[in-house]
Amino acid sequence: MKLNAPVLDIDALISDPSITVIVCTGAGGVGKTTTAAALALRAAEQGRDVCVLTIDPAKRLAQAMGLSVLDNTPRKVDGVSGPGGKGSLHAMMLDMKRTFDEVVEGHADPDRAQAILDNPFYQALSSSFAGTQEYMAMEKLGQLRARASDEGTWDLIIVDTPPSRSALDFLDAPERLGSFLDGRFIRILTAPARGAGRGIGKIAAFSFGLFTSVLNKILGSQVLADVGSFVAAIDTTFGGFRERADATYKLLQDDGTAFIVIAAPERDALREAAFFVERLKTDEMPLAGLVLNRVQEDSELDLSAEQATASAAKLERLDGNRRLTASLLRLHAARQLICLRQLHLAERFTAAHPGVAATTVPALPEDVHDLAGLRAIGELLARKPELKSRSK
Amino acid sequence: MALHVVSGKGGTGKTTVAAALALALAHQGQRTLLMEVEDRQGIAQLFDTAPLPYEERKIAVAPGGGEVWALAINAQEALLDYLDTFYNLRRAGSVLRRMGAIDFATTIAPGLRDVLLTGKACEVVRRIDKRAPNAYSAIVLDAPPTGRIARFLNVNAEVSGLAKVGPIRNHADLVMSVIASPRTAVHLVTLLEEMPVQETIDGVADLRAANLPVGGIFVNMTRPPMLTGEQLQEALSGSLPAGDITQALGDAGLTDSSGALVTALLREATDHALRVDLEARESERILGLGLPTFLLPMISAGIDLGGLYELANLLRVDGVR
Repeated sequence: MKLNAPVLDIDALISDPSITVIVCTGAGGVGKTTTAAALALRAAEQGRDVCVLTIDPAKRLAQAMGLSVLDNTPRKVDGVSGPGGKGSLHAMMLDMKRTFDEVVEGHADPDRAQAILDNPFYQALSSSFAGTQEYMAMEKLGQLRARASDEGTWDLIIVDTPPSRSALDFLDAPERLGSFLDGRFIRILTAPARGAGRGIGKIAAFSFGLFTSVLNKILGSQVLADVGSFVAAIDTTFGGFRERADATYKLLQDDGTAFIVIAAPERDALREAAFFVERLKTDEMPLAGLVLNRVQEDSELDLSAEQATASAAKLERLDGNRRLTASLLRLHAARQLICLRQLHLAERFTAAHPGVAATTVPALPEDVHDLAGLRAIGELLARKPELKSRSK
Repeated sequence: MALHVVSGKGGTGKTTVAAALALALAHQGQRTLLMEVEDRQGIAQLFDTAPLPYEERKIAVAPGGGEVWALAINAQEALLDYLDTFYNLRRAGSVLRRMGAIDFATTIAPGLRDVLLTGKACEVVRRIDKRAPNAYSAIVLDAPPTGRIARFLNVNAEVSGLAKVGPIRNHADLVMSVIASPRTAVHLVTLLEEMPVQETIDGVADLRAANLPVGGIFVNMTRPPMLTGEQLQEALSGSLPAGDITQALGDAGLTDSSGALVTALLREATDHALRVDLEARESERILGLGLPTFLLPMISAGIDLGGLYELANLLRVDGVR
């Protein structure tokens, strides 16, 4: 597919030493994790020391990188090095609960940490809260980044983002969760003495009273008590959650960060990509470009769907032993139609976002099973357009 | 079957299949409800209408006079609804909403969100028992993706850590009595590719482990073979008769003196044969699950309203109930 957009030069991006964080994002099911892993391998084989943080990789992909356990620690991937023995690849899978536990353990003395870890509200928060995965992905990125600059372990960190319904969740969820945990309702719930009343007027006091009584009614008083003791314990151990989220958010605005937005040539995925691109612009976050994944490759043949269909119909009328050729022409026509539809969808994106660099990766029949498979995807990602249109 | 829950890996066309199913079930004058829970407004986009409010409205007419209605639910509206139904607190609810308290309450208890969403679906199902005038013959729920579906539906387990007693606990029990019953079927949408098929197999195992009723598998975007079995074999082994093809192309008025045309067509045939081969292998893994399986073809022009009717018709012919 020939896109009317500047070329996203993957090799220039991954070999640029000033780029230290690459974030791969996009709607669910577009191939974010595989793309992140392929980029990481390619960068490592070009001599960079790379750590790739994956979220929930498919079993086969994890095995391809030698990840058999989800232990929340970067593991060296064997057999990866670049020219002159330079370059290395570490890979890890995010364990959100473990990451949260580590934050708690790292900030509180053992007794207090244990009290927090045992709190039922904390357990719900760290394992199933909407937004926790995004928050912890950011947290982990912050940690890896700190380790990279302290120990010089890595010079490039590549992050996959959680499979949420919206790509924007990766940016919004940490802030949402942070302000929720630092917010006024939690304060009111947990500090009844300061409480619902003082100085805020009768109507508001009535509303807050109503609020707690409704919450108690629905959830039962135990839940609110758990929330209260959790917040009290957290409060004295480390500053606001919001501050933490803000700090990582700032990291994403850094010049050393590059976002890659991944989409499939489908309406929903491209719409998500468009939302995300606009958001990055608003928040002054550096966008490298769009990877359009799983596209139907252009035919080498300059024969339109209409021409092919008309010729096929003619051969079917003539019959004889021309059936096979008619079928081949119909096959070609079907393929051209898919190409056209995908191109049309992609053009809607490029027309609305003309400055955004892009590259395409063809649909591959099989999943990645090993490093060779990842390497092949890396090759495809880095193709230049003159090589992409093979015979025109 | 009263409640059809449709899940699937991202990118497999879950919303499209849910909509086609709601249309298919609405034949012969039946009335069905298509619900979504993820604040995506996917139904409105698919049917090309304005964003749906928290209100049931008619969005399509099925052949034979049936109707499809749609409802986009979100946890906050569902909580207000719940407060109103069980506590007669509609007015207090709107005060609380203005304070941001409703948002807070649905955030503070993660399980609460799912109980409220599934609870709304179950309320619609129970109208059938009450023979309510606004009852539907079937409800189709466009649910969260496969990775989260067992947890989403297993609300009992979700609230158990949080609320051991109290009204929300009772509400969860009520919801479970509908969801875990034979009146519900959880369907999974897949493509004939390795990763979605693996996720489907894992998803079926998760659902079974949670004692949730697995319905059928909807294989979406299939591309039926366009060559015969014999031709596919020849395409794979590179033995399709190039000479015959060149001659036939000439008969069709396509001259191919350089041979480029026939070479390209042969390569496309090989790609196709490889794809058919892969799909056959993945089909076997799906059939190995022993579940009712429905095949839906790729609509090459893309999914629009016409495409939806086409898919619905195929589902009906295949006997979806």
